Amino acid sequence: MNPADSGLVPTMALFALALLSLSLLITLIRLIRGPTLPDRVVALDLMAAIAVGMMAAYSIVTDESAILDVAVIVALITFLSTIAFAAFLERGAKR
Amino acid sequence: MREIVVAAALLIGTVFVFLASVGLLRMPDLLTRMQATGKAVTLGLGCLMLAEAMHFGEAGTTVRLIVVLVFFSLTAPVAAHVIARAAYFMGIPLWEGSVADELRGTEADRRGAGTADGERSDVDGPRPPAA
Repeated sequence: MNPADSGLVPTMALFALALLSLSLLITLIRLIRGPTLPDRVVALDLMAAIAVGMMAAYSIVTDESAILDVAVIVALITFLSTIAFAAFLERGAKR
Repeated sequence: MREIVVAAALLIGTVFVFLASVGLLRMPDLLTRMQATGKAVTLGLGCLMLAEAMHFGEAGTTVRLIVVLVFFSLTAPVAAHVIARAAYFMGIPLWEGSVADELRGTEADRRGAGTADGERSDVDGPRPPAA
């Protein structure tokens, strides 16, 4: 199926992809600016969540449900990385 | 009919995720930023996953989406708690408009701040600047 052809759902999925990209950019601003390290960790966390959302929208655009496996893995790894960052922060706080 | 519901769920989910990122950019300090992102992202992803499950309408896809959603809604609060805790004990500055800080000066605060080197023993003084 041609992803760009008409239909309410593919159009809305493309719009969702555009808006999610915009949110990714906004989050990137916080990632770059964010005054403290925890701000950057939260921004990274949000970026991964937005990536999961983009995978969902993209799999609707392409009608390909295999991308969801990637979303499962990304959701798993995000949690691990956040916990690792938190452990690093707590250890670093005691120096 | 199903198309309309899928499109509506997509729109709502996307808007919530977008609001989360706007909140992350605009809120004044770390804790308010975290409360803006945490809830909005969980709800937004929930709506996106619902849209997806209804779009495909297959058992396998739906199960995978439920796995993502359950895992995300179980881990997001834990991750937010751990990050906020680490950041608080690190001594991040709070917004000047904050009205309550009940953890401040408690036993947990002193232990968490690692008073072994007397870094945060002045519980009545001003908060130390961010590391």
